[in-house]
Amino acid sequence: MPSVKPTPEEFASNAIAALGDSALQHALAELPKGLAAKRERAKAALPEFEALRRVGRNIKDHVLDNLDLYLEAFENNALAAGSHVHWASTAQEACDIIGNICRETGARLVTKGKSMVSEEIGLLADLEASGFNVVETDLGEYIVQLRKEMPSHVMAPAIHVRPSDIEATFRHHHRELEPGRNISTPEALVSEARTVLRDKFIGADVGITGANFLIAETGSAILVTNEGNGDLTQSLPKVHIVLTSIEKVVPTLEDGWALLRILARSASGQEIATYTTITTGPKRPADPDGPEACHIVLLDNGRSELLRSEYRDVLRCIRCGACMNFCPVYGAIGGHAYGSVYSGPIGAVLTPALVGLSAAANLPQASTFCGKCEDVCPVEIPLVGLMRRWREKAFDQDTSWRNRAALRVWAALAKRPALYRTAARSMVAILAVLGRSKGHLEHLPFASAWTRNRDFPAPQGQTFQAQWARQRGGGKR
Amino acid sequence: MSRDAILARLRQALPAGRANGARRDAVNARLASPPKHIIPARVNRPRNELIDLFKSFLATQNATVLEVTAAAGVPNAIADYLRSENLPAFARMGTDPFLATLPWHSAPGLTRQSGRADPDDPVGLSRAAAGVAETGTLMIASGAENPVTLAFLPDTHVIVVGRESIVGSYEDGYALVMKEFGKSHLPRTLNMISGPSRTGDIGGHIVMGAHGPRRLAVLIVGEESSNRVAR
Repeated sequence: MPSVKPTPEEFASNAIAALGDSALQHALAELPKGLAAKRERAKAALPEFEALRRVGRNIKDHVLDNLDLYLEAFENNALAAGSHVHWASTAQEACDIIGNICRETGARLVTKGKSMVSEEIGLLADLEASGFNVVETDLGEYIVQLRKEMPSHVMAPAIHVRPSDIEATFRHHHRELEPGRNISTPEALVSEARTVLRDKFIGADVGITGANFLIAETGSAILVTNEGNGDLTQSLPKVHIVLTSIEKVVPTLEDGWALLRILARSASGQEIATYTTITTGPKRPADPDGPEACHIVLLDNGRSELLRSEYRDVLRCIRCGACMNFCPVYGAIGGHAYGSVYSGPIGAVLTPALVGLSAAANLPQASTFCGKCEDVCPVEIPLVGLMRRWREKAFDQDTSWRNRAALRVWAALAKRPALYRTAARSMVAILAVLGRSKGHLEHLPFASAWTRNRDFPAPQGQTFQAQWARQRGGGKR
Repeated sequence: MSRDAILARLRQALPAGRANGARRDAVNARLASPPKHIIPARVNRPRNELIDLFKSFLATQNATVLEVTAAAGVPNAIADYLRSENLPAFARMGTDPFLATLPWHSAPGLTRQSGRADPDDPVGLSRAAAGVAETGTLMIASGAENPVTLAFLPDTHVIVVGRESIVGSYEDGYALVMKEFGKSHLPRTLNMISGPSRTGDIGGHIVMGAHGPRRLAVLIVGEESSNRVAR
């Protein structure tokens, strides 16, 4: 059962459970591939798409080289626009800042838009522990909140849940509604959530959103949604809090336009998301609506350390989720198996940096290195190379004598061709005899993890090297 | 305090040997005069074709597109649309000068109320400062003239946009907004809207009306111009 507590160290058992979870496999059979196909169509419709990936990468690299200066410029312009700017080194500090704002506002009900940073800092649990009633307003996030789960995808948080399970969840939680109602269609489920959440939007005292980008030039936050929940969250309560992280800043709106051109196309395959909102400060004196105060919380939480590490390229990430949609491993096990806020290839690189390699050493192993993730990444993050670096580091730290001894034996063999050929020939002969009766082997010594779920075919004929030598020697057939 | 600690850590992470003064000059130069990035070639087309592109994206994105040649026709076009959709003849609107000076007496059955949206208002009416053809996107500046809640609380949102305000790229659309407001007077929100509210969070099925409007109608006002090349 996926929990709201990250458990990356349990990746191996999580993955096995995910492979046997028929509801999850049903959801994974279509959805990530569907998003990937939409991305391909959107890319095909925009001949400049590949060139824009390079532009996106360059913008982000330029920002990372000057992050201190752009954050200062952002802060100055946000203050000039009437926003309050808060800086948080750690997750707890960010939670405390937001808790204090809620307390000072006298808030009871808090609405929240989708924000991966809020997942990262455990904001929901922290605010609830302080006695605030917090409601997720993105439909997918609302569903996982009711189910007490973590989101399983950065862009589609409830991608692992079947509609029939959403119906059961709604029936369990919306007890005040007529039990005989028909909510068997997606339309009826959306309509029910709309009705329930409408009252929350209107009654909320504080609205918390994330930000896709911050604009240094104007002190603005850009928020992209399809549902419009982010806009209702930020425009109806008397206080708006933008919770985001320091690497989201870009210099100007010119850079914002370029990144917006790749974000939605990469994420959902849309030309543009339905709502892109550029927010600059609280309501103006003459405005009839909008919040009286706007607070912006800038979270570090390890990013400044990442910036000087060999993993700094992950700070370019714009959280589109394309790497997940194209990843064969993510497609087989879904996001929860990673046991971390960020899953898929980006999670495999980011999580060891955020929670430590010892807890997350398995995640960079969760890749076939097919490279599709970095082919589709809109800011050209070299995900494969970064996963490989984590693997090397994990090996250096690996204290298991068994792993090290096995690799030493293999290295000794591989460096001595004659010995290798002899060993391979003997192994093939032995396995051929052992598997003679059935044509396959059900158990292999030292490989029980592999044979637990599959049979190993008995070798037929000679080793590859022997066949190769014979074919070359005998000319082309 | 965390602000200074974070900035200090970021400075430590910079490549060695980069003079701070030179970095600051480069950053200030870029902020003062930002480089232009790639603009999709799809917007390089004659004006009437640009408007066709705008309309076709909006239609694909589940919006209804209506057109009238003269501003005087707007009240009746809105009333006709609401009638055709079986919606109440009602519109909540702000103090937008273009909308305020329309001959509303020509559509006497249409009730209008002014101010921010009430949760039960069935129809919100806004004017967009720009329409962007590259993706079928409207840019609306929030404020008393066009309260932001009009775009999100009512079930139906009607946006009026001048034909002459339809441009190719986001950059051109933003330039129009800036012409109207001035850079130092940015609205609290600049809302870029490209269709009705939608979600794919129930099993990947796209459903309209997640939290915001279930319907979006875009009313283009103005006569077709001569076929000069835009941009």
